[in-house]
Formats: sequence, structure tokens, C-alpha cells
Amino acid sequence: MIFIPDLPARLSGPLILTAILVMGCASASKPNETPGGSGLTPGGRQPGTMPLTSERSGGMRPWEDPASPLYERTIYFDYDTAQIRPEYVNLIRTHARYLGDHPDLRVTLEGHADERGTREYNLALGERRADSVRQFMLAEGVRATQLATLSYGEERPAVLGHSEESWRLNRRVIIQY
Amino acid sequence: MMRLVAPLAVLIPDYRYGRALIAALLFLGLPSLWAQPRLNIEVSGGTEMAQPIAIVPFGLSEDQSPQVDLAAIIAADLARTGRFRPLATRDLLDRPTRREEVDFRDWSLLGANNLAIGRIEPAAGGYQVSFALFDVFRATEIANGTLTSTASGLRQTAHRIADEIYERLTGQPGVASTRIAYVSSRDSSPDPEISLRVADADGSNPQTIVSAAEPILSPAWSPDGRRLAYVSFENKRPAIYIQELATGRRELVASYPGINGSPAFSPDGGRLAMTLSKDGNPEIYVLDLASGALRRLTDHFAIDTEPTWSPDGQWIAFTSDRAGTPQIYRMPANGGPAERLSREGDYNARASYAPDGRSLAMVSRVKGAFRIALLDLESGTTRLLSRGELDESPSFAPNGAMVIYATLHQGRGVLGIAAVVGGVSQRLSQESGEIRDPAWSPLALGGRALRP
Repeated sequence: MIFIPDLPARLSGPLILTAILVMGCASASKPNETPGGSGLTPGGRQPGTMPLTSERSGGMRPWEDPASPLYERTIYFDYDTAQIRPEYVNLIRTHARYLGDHPDLRVTLEGHADERGTREYNLALGERRADSVRQFMLAEGVRATQLATLSYGEERPAVLGHSEESWRLNRRVIIQY
Repeated sequence: MMRLVAPLAVLIPDYRYGRALIAALLFLGLPSLWAQPRLNIEVSGGTEMAQPIAIVPFGLSEDQSPQVDLAAIIAADLARTGRFRPLATRDLLDRPTRREEVDFRDWSLLGANNLAIGRIEPAAGGYQVSFALFDVFRATEIANGTLTSTASGLRQTAHRIADEIYERLTGQPGVASTRIAYVSSRDSSPDPEISLRVADADGSNPQTIVSAAEPILSPAWSPDGRRLAYVSFENKRPAIYIQELATGRRELVASYPGINGSPAFSPDGGRLAMTLSKDGNPEIYVLDLASGALRRLTDHFAIDTEPTWSPDGQWIAFTSDRAGTPQIYRMPANGGPAERLSREGDYNARASYAPDGRSLAMVSRVKGAFRIALLDLESGTTRLLSRGELDESPSFAPNGAMVIYATLHQGRGVLGIAAVVGGVSQRLSQESGEIRDPAWSPLALGGRALRP
């Protein structure tokens, strides 16, 4: 369901180093969730050990690495609004800094709505959500050329079901690298 | 309460053994192309106002009897309107197939106001079907007609006769020969298949128009019933296509950055209203289909979407949240100041004009539930037509008597049809998967060739 662009796997050491530095300041206390991981917390890793870890996990990009703060790429919204909740400010900033440091990278901000209301209005609402993340990133210094937006409205729910629990998880913007 | 469940695959006309066997094999062997999930239709309510009518099984010649019960199809078509209550075939005392065999006293005793009879005879290329409609109390003939039909066209012939009977007795055109476009999706599939389909108004004969692994939405008929405009994400982004049904040929008409949505043909068929967000946020545009000229009609930082033309082509109604919540507005079809139409409630969207232009069907939130409401444009009052929690996508039948919409039944996407007047309602569901986003075709499809 999540469309990940087929980027060339050309992740280099310095790039990962930056990821670690970004991660260090954003969420140093985040527990290590790497499957079969090294047992090191992200902040405790030595930069020199990273390429090795990366190779072992098959050239994983930082946003695919559960241990990386870039792994969190979904921003959830309240009903019928595109306002960014305070708890997502750090998440967006983390990605904005990473993109600022990697002007060659592009992301698509993919907006979604829950199933309530009409399909085309929800398409517009999903776009408005994607656009509010875009505006935030632009304000954080990301170049406009790095950001695309796409709304799926209610057409691509993350969770099926017709309850508040499902709806909550479907009102979202995903940062797709 | 009346309940009609038509297992539609069983009613496919030319079911001689050889073909039936081939069809069965294809059903098992090939996926989507042949095994179109059939639509079941259930009808409930509405018998109080209904006029009793007798539809006598059509007379057949001995050898070449088709396996299509025309009288049953006509009776089901009339019953679905809520205006008629066909007598059960087993209650018929007599089975006349010609005028001279009709004894009006018998039918009067049964309480039938009207009587229809008919015959099917072999003819070059298929069959000749003749019928007659009578007023039982006056003992007079109201209408008759003769149609030629191929074997596979007999269902359609029955629908045309039903429409003729309906129009003669109510003064309104019938919609049995119209069609319904809708979006079908396989449920809980890891690899979603979404298709745009068109079925007859009774749910039979579903055909896939286009399918994709990406979302398809917002089908809209051209006024001549020959083309459908729709939104497809097949290239990973929304784009608007216009597809000719007979040939499958299609044209990409809008693929701008951002939203390309809500296509709506003008009543003259020459223009397509749509929503584009290429200039920053969703606005209403009109595309001239002949010249390709694109004109922007709204200019507001709010969401403006879901345009719909008034039947006289003078207005475009649309959804906008410029006042804080989504509400219905209208503006002159050439652009101009917008005037708010919906007054009650905090969510009114996706308007669809009634064919007479006097009212709009729309989605309204009422106590947390999304329902189909009818907004009377003269009095400004609204009235609810549906009772679901998440109803959407209303579309009027071309005679204005019913509204089809998407709803949930036991958590599954189905289509509901509500009568604008009277209590009859219908539910169309697919054997498997979900259906949504219905659009009722115009009348043009049925043809009015029956007139004597």
C-alpha cells in the first residue's frame, strides 16, 4: 500500500553519518528497534561502524531503518483539519533538516483522509494536509524542488474498518522518499 | 415487505447447453474479464401507494422458446419503481396472449387496474416481441407495440416494454432501460483491483469499463450516455479520462500537477467542469472539449470542488468550505459571484441536481451520520432520503423519481436507491468485494423507439 520510490541504493558513509547526527539531536533516547540489531542505542553508535551495519541489513536507507529517527514518516491529523499537531513538529523538523542537508533528495508528501464525508472533498482535504506539511518544511529551509505533494483522499486507507480507531490512523500525511 | 433477489448470471438470455458449459468453464478458468461479480438487488417497502397490475407470461411459439421470462423482467422493473404491484403469476386465472383472448371481468375480479400481455415469435435474426397494455375497468387498450430483438437483447427489450408501460401509466419516463456506472473493488486484497463498471439498472449484465491497481473514482456520464468521464490514479497520480463505452477508446483530458477531480459534463455535452489544484488549491474549472480551452471559474483560498451543472446549463453548484465548513454554493456557469444554497448543518457536500432543476441531492451530516438529503431550492428546506451512517455520492435517476447512492450494509460497500416520493428502496450488492461511487445514466441510452 505504501509506495516507495525506487531510488538507487547509493547511500554513502557521510550520508549515514548525517543521519546519525540528526538523530542524535532529535530523539537520542529512542529505543533501538533494529531487527537483529547491534544492541547499541542510536546515539551510542560510532560513526565508523555504520557502513558495516548498513551492509549487513542490505543497504538499508535511513528512512527504512527502524533505529533511525527518519523511520517515523507519518503525521496524523484531527478530523477535518490540516493543522499540524505539536507532537509532530519534531518529526517534520528531523526530515526537513535531513532534506536540507541532502538537496539531491526528493520526497512526496502523500496526504490521506478518513472515509467520512465525500470522496472528492476528501481528496482536497488530503491535499491540504500534504500542503501544510510542505509549508512547514519550506519554512524550515527545504527547497521547493525537493517537495512534491499527492493526495489519495480516502481512497487508500492504512486501516480498513468503520470506527474512530481506523479513522484516526487514516487521517495522515506520509513522507515518501 | 417485498423481496426480490435476482441471481443475475442465471438470467443470461441465450443459455443453450453448449454456451452455458463454455461460460461455466471460463468462469472457473479466467479471472476478471469473464467472472464479473453479479449484482444482487433487493427491494423493500413502498407497496401502499402501488397500483396492482397483471403482467401475463408472454406467449411463446413451440420450438424456439427463449429462456428469458420477459413478463417476469417487466414485473420486476415495475415493482422496483414502487408505483406498481404486479400480481403473482400463480394468481393469474387466465393467460391470454392476444387481445381477443382477454376477458376484462376476470382481471377486474383479481383487482388489477391494468393488464399487459405479449407474444414472442421467431423472426429473422432473433425474435419479434409484441405487447399490449389495457385499462381493466374501462376495458380499453392503452398502448401496444412490436419490437424486434436478438436473443441476447431480450432482457433489454423487456426493459423497454416496462418503460413504455410506466410512462403510459404515470406520465413520467421509465428508467428500466438505463444503466448505472459504479466503482468496484475487491475487499481486503493485498493487491487491490479497482474497476469501473456499468450494469443495467436492475443490476444485470455488469461490464468492466476499465480497471487498475490504483484508485478510480467519480464516474460521470456524458448527456448522450455514450461516454464516461472518470478519475484514475493508474499513473500514480490523479488524472481525468473520457472513455467511449462502445469502443473503449479514451482520451486523457486533465493531468495537471495536484488534484484532477470531479468531472461533470455540461448538459449540452460540450464542456467538462472539473476540480484542479494546479494553481495552489482546489478550484473549479471548465474545459471546452472541442477547443481544449480551460477556464477557471472560482478563485478562493478555500476548497472549491464537486461541481455539478443545473439541467438548464445556467448554473454550476459546488462544494466549498469558504465559510469554515463544507457547504453547497452555486455560481453562473460562466463564472461570477457564488451564492450559498445549503443553510442547515455543518457538512453539506457533493450536490447533484434533480432533472427538473428544482432540488439538489447532497451529502449532509446529521448527528454525526452522513446521509443523503434533498434540498428544495425554492423553499430552502431539506429532507433526508437515506438512513445510513456513511452514505455518499448521490445521483438522480434521469426521471427524477429515485436517487442512487453509496452506503454500507453490514460493513460492506453497497448501493442504495431511495424513492424521492414513496417508501420504496432498493439495495444493490456485489457477491464479493465492495461497490461505491454510483452514477445513473441519462435516458438517451434506452431509446424511445417504441412509439407507434
